[in-house]
Amino acid sequence: MSFYKNVTAKPWEYSSPTLGTGPESAFASSSERIALTLFLVVVGVIFSLLAVSYYVRMELGDWVPMSDPSLLWVTTALLILSSVLFQLARNTAQGENFLKARKLFVGGGLFAIFFVIGQALAWQQLSSNGFDVANGPASAFFYLLTGLHVVHIVGGLWVWSKTTLRFFSQDDLTSVKHSVELCTTYWHFLLVLWVFIFAVLANT
Amino acid sequence: MAYVPLADQDKDHELHDPHTFITKYIWSQDHKVIAIQYGGTAICVGLVALVLSMMMRLQLGFPDSFTLIDPSSYYQAVTMHGMIMVVYLLTALFLGGFGNYLIPLMCGARDMVFPFLNMLSFWVYLLSVLILMSSFFVTGGPTGAGWTLYPPQTITPGTPGHDTGILLMLISLGVFIIAFTMGGLNYVTTVLQARAKGLTMMRLPLSVWGILVATILGLFAFPALLVSAIMMTFDLTLGTSFFMPAIMAAGEQLDYNGGSPILFQHLFWFFGHPEVYIVALPAFGLVSDVLSTHARKNIFGYRMMVWAIIAIGGLSFVVWAHHMYVSGMNPYFGFFFATTTLIIAVPTAMKVYNWVLTLWEGDIRLNTPMLFAIGFVFTFIHGGLTGLFLGNVVIDLPLSDTYFVVAHFHMVMGVSPVLVLFASLYHWYPKITGRMMNETLGKVHFWCTFLGTYAIYLPMHYLGFLGVPRRYYAMGSTDFIPESAQALNANITLAALFVAAAQILFFINIFWSLRNGKPSGNNPWGATSLEWQTTETPPKHGNWGPDLPVVHRWAYDYSVPGYPQDFIPQNVPGDFGVSEDHDHDTEMKEGPLAK
Repeated sequence: MSFYKNVTAKPWEYSSPTLGTGPESAFASSSERIALTLFLVVVGVIFSLLAVSYYVRMELGDWVPMSDPSLLWVTTALLILSSVLFQLARNTAQGENFLKARKLFVGGGLFAIFFVIGQALAWQQLSSNGFDVANGPASAFFYLLTGLHVVHIVGGLWVWSKTTLRFFSQDDLTSVKHSVELCTTYWHFLLVLWVFIFAVLANT
Repeated sequence: MAYVPLADQDKDHELHDPHTFITKYIWSQDHKVIAIQYGGTAICVGLVALVLSMMMRLQLGFPDSFTLIDPSSYYQAVTMHGMIMVVYLLTALFLGGFGNYLIPLMCGARDMVFPFLNMLSFWVYLLSVLILMSSFFVTGGPTGAGWTLYPPQTITPGTPGHDTGILLMLISLGVFIIAFTMGGLNYVTTVLQARAKGLTMMRLPLSVWGILVATILGLFAFPALLVSAIMMTFDLTLGTSFFMPAIMAAGEQLDYNGGSPILFQHLFWFFGHPEVYIVALPAFGLVSDVLSTHARKNIFGYRMMVWAIIAIGGLSFVVWAHHMYVSGMNPYFGFFFATTTLIIAVPTAMKVYNWVLTLWEGDIRLNTPMLFAIGFVFTFIHGGLTGLFLGNVVIDLPLSDTYFVVAHFHMVMGVSPVLVLFASLYHWYPKITGRMMNETLGKVHFWCTFLGTYAIYLPMHYLGFLGVPRRYYAMGSTDFIPESAQALNANITLAALFVAAAQILFFINIFWSLRNGKPSGNNPWGATSLEWQTTETPPKHGNWGPDLPVVHRWAYDYSVPGYPQDFIPQNVPGDFGVSEDHDHDTEMKEGPLAK
């Protein structure tokens, strides 16, 4: 769709019926993909605003720098693995090899669950080192940002579990293919988001 | 999966037709039922906010005469009135109500693209309303921190509802934002993907454009409110100091340190200013269609109207700090925001000129929707002009804490959108119910509301110039305010009571016409857009019967020379009247301008 061509059209001029009767979807992709893309932008806005708040708050007097738990490197690796498995599942599903795709897809979700457990351990480590949520703005932001990210992972896992059920219950798996693609996109986004959050939190 | 455009998927669609009462009217996935549920809930909660405003007016007009209003309940009324009106009434009614009803019909679709998500959106919205209303019944009552919820005031002991009330408000806002996001993704995707054949973006009625851009604004602006609500909830319940500075309350040092209240203000207004346009843009769109239909003329400058909507949408994200001139900001910062604020007046003024030019030499039918629409043009010009004053830092500083500001924002985003809501309700009521509303009652309702709101808000500008401060429960003995200001305040209260009472006429009309109104037929106004071309009124589930409409023209072919009727519906094929030898230069030389 050429946006410029679109908004400079002269709708009051009559165009012949053959010209103006094509289907009028703006983008050649499914509604679900459009909605997902929009949703990811919304999530992006939420975390950008939090990052801005982080830097504004950092300038104020009482900021005490805090070193992030080293466990975060491990959880990052887990999330990368999860994302890779989702991508492989997507590719395999494209090739109609659904049994293999199912294994990879389930594996991707499991690694995401491991990631969530890893984050919980990191919180535990942090609080046993004396950094509670109310213990200065740096740790407050740490819990807030990582927590909100985990909330988004958990939301993704809910969709993942529904898709997994369909993988096991349906005979015709072609319709599951699209869900796998969308899950993969979401997981890649959450990985990029996590790297962004990690970088923001490292800047303390 | 090979992509098939939605307009081509119609052959084997399933209508999941509802059969039982429950699936038809309660857990309905039909956009028309959801629209009525959204609209009904919004109007009910709006009535609560109206009663709260009457409480404030009684106190201001006749101080100390009513024992049930004490300072706490006054501030609670202020807070809840503001938040309910802006978020839970206007946003929900324009987007959840009119957006839901009109988008699929105007786009020639059978429903929203995600009907289940749409249903969920309403029920989550209802939940947010119930959470908010429950704060009236908890210990300490609802929050009384002002509708902007500024910290540290909000959660400092001494502010009404500083613990439970504010918590419920924050949770309710979070839930509302979830509901809005579900609805918003649906509206945008439907407009982009589910339009009928032939319905290009530039053939859409301006209502759809307004709702579309407002929804996009909402999707990008509400996250700022969500983020600030979450951070404030942390401050409130977990003892963090995102926004709370070190502070004493009632002689005691509170357990906060170093937070930034100004950061909250920036986040809040980064949402708050686009919110003004989330309300205004749908109103702009709807009023354009009402004006054009009842003036029997195409909307003047359609493309300019679309561009203006997009430009206003973009600019609305870079003006937020004009709400914060008194927060002690860097003067260069203030200069920047004053400039952007004045720039946004340009596309807005274009729209106003185009509305007026649409009326010019039109075959105007002064029926109830048209009266409300023209009334909107008046109130919007007045509210907009005072906005130009307040957009300048030097003028804003002395006026910021006075009734001038109250008058300004009520004119521009209280009265104006509400007049459009009435115009739209009177205009689309026949489509929703199949019956016309009573014209006489409607006109009486219009004149009482229109003149009454002027009687309320015009004198408030004057109070502002006198320096009467807003946000005060009582003036006390204030030397610089003359006695006459109190007399004016009493008059404003009487006018407000009158306007509130006049709304009863509207509700009588709505319910009376439901049974006794004249049957409207499919297209009582002779309108061109698709929602009036359905074969049934009100449209049945699935809207269009077996075949989706095909669109051949834009939505504004009114009074086309050479066509027997004074309107050509969008789904009528064929080229009429406007031939190739018709060029605008000749029209200018020979037309009315030359006389």
